[in-house]
Amino acid sequence: MTKQEALFEFLLRKADDSLILGHRLSEWCGHGPILEEDIALTNISLDLIGQATELYKYAAEVENKGRTEDDLAFLRIEKEYKNVLLVEQLNGDFGKTIVRQFLFDHFEHLLYEGLMNSKDERISGIATKTIKEIKYHLRHSSEWVIRLGDGTEESHERVQASVTDLSRFIDELFYQDEAEQILIQEGVIPDIKNFRVEFESNIEKILDEATLKLPEKRWQLDGGRKGVHTEHLGYLLAELQYMQRTYPGMEW
Amino acid sequence: MSKKEWPLWEVFIRSKQGLSHKHAGSLRAADAEMAVNNARDVYTRRSEGISIWVVESVNVVASDPSEAGPMFEPANSKAYRHPTFYEVPEGIKHM
Repeated sequence: MTKQEALFEFLLRKADDSLILGHRLSEWCGHGPILEEDIALTNISLDLIGQATELYKYAAEVENKGRTEDDLAFLRIEKEYKNVLLVEQLNGDFGKTIVRQFLFDHFEHLLYEGLMNSKDERISGIATKTIKEIKYHLRHSSEWVIRLGDGTEESHERVQASVTDLSRFIDELFYQDEAEQILIQEGVIPDIKNFRVEFESNIEKILDEATLKLPEKRWQLDGGRKGVHTEHLGYLLAELQYMQRTYPGMEW
Repeated sequence: MSKKEWPLWEVFIRSKQGLSHKHAGSLRAADAEMAVNNARDVYTRRSEGISIWVVESVNVVASDPSEAGPMFEPANSKAYRHPTFYEVPEGIKHM
């Protein structure tokens, strides 16, 4: 694998994370539990889709095969999407959406802080802009985890069930293969393995305050980075890609 | 689902340095911190502000509309209270 291939792979993985989670959050539009939260979730959705756009643009340039950011976002098949499994999971109730976001935000926060020091100027530029959005997302999801966990008996039970359920996707956030290893050596990305302890302590601090617990034994799933997805992604892509597939090249 | 609603909060936004906070609207939130977060999302998503105040609406003491006559009309005939006889020096903004 060349450095160029590794960079393309990494950009695609991160762009897919943002796009798929952004799409999931957009499903809340008009369905939020309250007006204010409806706007908050769709704001975050738009931030994520904006991040994806920047990353796809750069990925398309790195690949240099004439594909555009739109081709990458809309015209690949399921197995070509490299997002982590966490982000494609169903919204569930509001609590589950928040827990999914909480785990993702805490990981992204550490990753993007590292990416700000990337030797690749394009990546450090994107990271510097993105980190402000992530810090807000992190605050939003963390505050909600505390309020739901330490809220009513019902909110506690529901959000604890989501923590237990979604914790099986945590390991995959730290997935690395040849692509990452090449980029780590080149100083393009930080070694995310080093963040694992900090990640665990950051989320545990908030879960403690929320009176929630990560399960002691966690059965872990992965596959997303290699294009092997859960059953939910196909349905999501059907909706995401519908317009471009039905009216190729459509613009508005 | 519970029908109990969260408290109402009044939102004040400072649009830029040097200007005062202005009432922007109201929203519902479970507590003060969430009210600030919600205000950020509802009222500053198009770069309208650099600072937010929130006050729970029950804490706002308002004048009585039926008292509007005695409260405000006496000021109408007192033009001399307006500083309209002064020229504002050039370069003074926001007046």
